[in-house]
Amino acid sequence: MRKTWWKILCVCLLVYAVVGGLLLPVPEIRQLQETIRNLYYHVCMWFAMMILFTTSVVYSIRHLRTLDIRYDIYAREFAAVGLILGLLGYATGAIWAAYTWADPNSPAYASFGSIVREPKLIGAAMAILVYFAYFVLRDSISDIDKKARVSAVYNIFAYAMLFPSIWIIPRLLPSLHPGQEGNPALNFNDIDARMRMVFYPAVIGWTLLGVWITSLRIRISLIKEKNWLNG
Amino acid sequence: MNPGAGDAFRKHADSFRINPPILRLHSIISLFKKDLLLELRQQYAFYGVMLYVASTVFVLYLAIEQPEAEIWNALFWVMQLFVCINAVAKSFLQESGGRMLYFHTIASPAEFVVAKLLYNLLLMALMNVLTLGLFMAFMGDPTYDLPTFVGISFLGAMGLSLVFTMLAAIASKAMQQASLMAILGFPVILPQLLLLMRLSKTAFAETFTDGISLQVVLLLALDLSVAILSVILFPFLWKD
Repeated sequence: MRKTWWKILCVCLLVYAVVGGLLLPVPEIRQLQETIRNLYYHVCMWFAMMILFTTSVVYSIRHLRTLDIRYDIYAREFAAVGLILGLLGYATGAIWAAYTWADPNSPAYASFGSIVREPKLIGAAMAILVYFAYFVLRDSISDIDKKARVSAVYNIFAYAMLFPSIWIIPRLLPSLHPGQEGNPALNFNDIDARMRMVFYPAVIGWTLLGVWITSLRIRISLIKEKNWLNG
Repeated sequence: MNPGAGDAFRKHADSFRINPPILRLHSIISLFKKDLLLELRQQYAFYGVMLYVASTVFVLYLAIEQPEAEIWNALFWVMQLFVCINAVAKSFLQESGGRMLYFHTIASPAEFVVAKLLYNLLLMALMNVLTLGLFMAFMGDPTYDLPTFVGISFLGAMGLSLVFTMLAAIASKAMQQASLMAILGFPVILPQLLLLMRLSKTAFAETFTDGISLQVVLLLALDLSVAILSVILFPFLWKD
């Protein structure tokens, strides 16, 4: 029970987030209508991605401090699951944009063009590209210790370069995407109280699910690589 | 892990710790001089990049003779990016394993990386002057406020050279170094490039002038953080 309570919590929160997210009342905003419920999925994916990427960087730092190869495995798996959540966030965002931003009078590729040029989407695409580059870098080094060290350095460097700019630059450029003046959905004024009842549990639930998947992946990796881990 | 292995491991880990970084001015200066001297003696690299700049500008001139301000600006920054990759990439690739071992005996990693950063700053500043001059000569001068644009281009060259020095150090540890540098570098440099392109619009028209000082401060802060991160992180790349 001591080790499983958070998994039970995760399942409960996600069941609540999915059922509550679809059934509980939401504020009526003309241009969003019922698509506002996507907030519980789209925004939560990004939150969970940021949390997992940050965890990955923390493990990279711990790896450099101790040179324990286990921390490198942790960093790799957190980055991998973060990447999956990032792609899901992209997909849910695309669905949302198709119903709210796309202009039904112009051809699909024209709407696609205007959506792709969104500064926030460029920022998100860069975050995903950085982690793709991280995996390419890992695969291009054959020595295990060197791979762990060099990729940890890149992870820290890229994170430190990228994330401040992702948070700053979209605020300087005009955008259709909400959250121009601050962190979208974190601000108490721009999210309705009824939505907060579902939104915060959903963030915690999706993050816990990400951590759960990561912990399983880490355990598989540790078993696969135990031969040389315990030497 | 058994306790014996743990001890060996800790000793190994301790060999990577350099707290605080050692920075002696005279070693930085002599490493910097060494790079400069090598460049002056083996000029093929410098002339190679110069030829690259000249032929690219010439091709651009043949394609669009006198572009509008916006296109001129875009072409200039794309050019800067590729010139920087070509100029900075060789700074770590030219050092063979034996030579790195020798540097290891005479200097600390922080000194080594600071010397490289300074040298690449100088190289990129030179390349910036060259690119800008050739752009003016071949493709006209659409700027409204030339001194501002020159200033911004130097700021950009500085940021690009610092970031790519660190990325060259990372890429030099892997296979397929040259192509890897582009893959690693583009997503990291994009935000900065976006900021620079937006900032340089102020030099083309009178309209966009609010928030400039904030953006300049932001870019300088980014440059400073790259330098600090390089000093902290380079020791881990330095040893094999």
